Amino acid sequence: MTDAIQSEKQLTNEEEALKEVGLTYAEKYGFYDDDVEYAFKSQKGVNEDIVRQISAMKNEPQWMTDLRVEAYHIFMDKPTPQWGGDLNQIDYDDIYYYVRATDKTEQDWDEVPPEIKETFDKLGIPEAEQKFLHGVSAQYDSESVYHKIQESLEEQGVIFLDMDSGLREYPDIVRQYFTTVIPSNDNKFAALNTAVWSGGSFIYVPPGVQVEMPLQAYFRINTQNMGQFERTLIIVDEGAYVHYVEGCTAPIYSSDSLHSAVVEIIVKAGGRCRYTTIQNWSNNVYNLVTKRAVAEKNATMEWVDGNLGSRLTMKYPAVILKGEGAHGEVLSIAFAGDGQHQDAGAKITHLAPDTTSQIISKSISKDGGRASYRGLLKIAEAACSSKSNVVCDALLLDDFSRSDTYPTIEIDAKDVTMGHEASVSKVGEDQLFYLMSRGISEDEANAMIVNGFLEPLVKELPMEYALELNRLIQIQLEGSIG
Amino acid sequence: MAATLEIRNLHASVAGEENLILCGVNLTVKQGEIHALMGPNGSGKSTLANVLMGSPAYEVHEGQILLDGEDVLDMDPDERSRSGLFLAFQYPVAIPGVTLGNFLRHAINARMKAEDPDSKGIPIPQFARMMRQKMNQLQIDHAFAGRYLNEGFSGGEKKRAEVLQMAVLEPSIAVLDETDSGLDIDALRIVAEGVTSLTGPNMGALVITHYQRILNHVKPDRVHVMYEGRIVESGGPELALELEEKGYDWVRAKHAALQNLTR
Repeated sequence: MTDAIQSEKQLTNEEEALKEVGLTYAEKYGFYDDDVEYAFKSQKGVNEDIVRQISAMKNEPQWMTDLRVEAYHIFMDKPTPQWGGDLNQIDYDDIYYYVRATDKTEQDWDEVPPEIKETFDKLGIPEAEQKFLHGVSAQYDSESVYHKIQESLEEQGVIFLDMDSGLREYPDIVRQYFTTVIPSNDNKFAALNTAVWSGGSFIYVPPGVQVEMPLQAYFRINTQNMGQFERTLIIVDEGAYVHYVEGCTAPIYSSDSLHSAVVEIIVKAGGRCRYTTIQNWSNNVYNLVTKRAVAEKNATMEWVDGNLGSRLTMKYPAVILKGEGAHGEVLSIAFAGDGQHQDAGAKITHLAPDTTSQIISKSISKDGGRASYRGLLKIAEAACSSKSNVVCDALLLDDFSRSDTYPTIEIDAKDVTMGHEASVSKVGEDQLFYLMSRGISEDEANAMIVNGFLEPLVKELPMEYALELNRLIQIQLEGSIG
Repeated sequence: MAATLEIRNLHASVAGEENLILCGVNLTVKQGEIHALMGPNGSGKSTLANVLMGSPAYEVHEGQILLDGEDVLDMDPDERSRSGLFLAFQYPVAIPGVTLGNFLRHAINARMKAEDPDSKGIPIPQFARMMRQKMNQLQIDHAFAGRYLNEGFSGGEKKRAEVLQMAVLEPSIAVLDETDSGLDIDALRIVAEGVTSLTGPNMGALVITHYQRILNHVKPDRVHVMYEGRIVESGGPELALELEEKGYDWVRAKHAALQNLTR
């Protein structure tokens, strides 16, 4: 009897609490509706209400809500870019902008096309991990590994959280840096991301700390890190070092056709950051990502960016060399197969004296795919004695695939050293003949030539990524012949 | 039974063209024999080498190429290689990012897998031991195996890499296409000694050359002269010396006279 009364009382308390929350929402945002019970229902399309609901769901501070709403209007006002790839086919109303992890059910797994599951099997990835990678299972048995890593990072004072937790636990740091590298009005898709972002990583490395093992989004299992609109913020303090690895060589299927992430990085004096991405989205996805880093005095920023999947990728990792002696590098690799357009490249802006940069772009086109290099190298007047080198190599695997190069170079400073090389080669009949004359089959010879071409990227990758990438290319090439 | 390469009445052109470069070549090379093929520029020697290996740049119009009695014309270059044929290229192409060692391991594994689809290939320690032994035999620095195939190789290095590949793959019949060209005297000696050390009862060789000098190291059993797409003279080692002394003019004159007679 007493139990019953107590539980009744508890219920009332909870209800009270709920009402209070509801009231706050109603006062603050003016959209609270009893019928909705603020249990967020995932729905397609985006409008201001949905943006506010996302923020409310996450209990975000007011400034973030305002920022999201402002960004939403910027997104609506900005026209669709008409350069690069064709973006006019994107149906913004047919996309879920926010899906709670609990709404993701095992059913999604059935939507994953069989050929992608097959590739996973060929790569030898167990089903539990496959499901995790597709975000359909929230748990993954590497949790204990993750906790170990997390402990050792905490000892060094390193913060490595998903972005939502980062905002909750370190609102001041996030507020100080968020949108300082990529403002909401930078471009239409950065605006969209700012409005609806979820997931992504938040990393802070204190002065002088060298994080020895690469931090991988892979291990960060407690949120839906494979989100469509993830937001990443990395701050590498003075003299510190971190290598962050994002993405996955295995193909990731998404029924939502837009992936639009934003990555902001600040590397303080003498610090170094390396950011490695391998993306292999399924061929229905528009992959429109804005990535930019600011490098302060004598700091180094390195982007290693591999694009294998998606229908259209437009991605140009950028480095702003803001402090004297800063160094920036972009290594961009694109693989464009049937029906794919990879419009990838790099942007480097030299603002200070004695800054140096290097861009290496390698692209492969096959089966009618199109790979474009689009680069902007800008050396401002103040950036005297700066040096830059750009190398673009394209490999065509057949006669009906395409490769383009759009290099833009603006130099306003004196005493600058600048090199630019571009080459397009076809997998020559003579190269194939040479390898085959030693007993190697045509398929394998093709794969050797492609792997050799990618060798400069592969040797920069952590071992397990490198191995997977090699196997994946083998599978893709087999597919094109068989 | 010794492996035999038999070329019968071979006619070939550049792919898609009518003009014949090879106009009826007949030649037989047996395992354990060394044949030298000489002749002026443009006589069809390199074309013959490439056609034997199955280069897609050429087209065979007529004739046969038999390896141990089996026609190889229907085989792709990789099958010909696995059947025991080898070509040391005159101009080996560069394959960026692929090391010589890795390439040769793939080539060996391709052979093992062709014989037994379940083969796991050669274990790496065994492969490394074998490579070291072959590189010692040919006086090649071990670091060579770690370099990207033919990329940035000097002329001499390319030719030595070809000879190393031949040593590793142990063909029954090898065609060496001007392996001596572009080499200084020292490089020539090293390459020639390498070739000599590999020839023997287990390998037959067709050594294509402009000059007698490699034949001072690699002693041929037979010497053939090619002219206008045919083999017009064959003889013993003394024929090479005669060519060295007199040049090719007498071959041209004799051949022209013969043609006039038959007209």
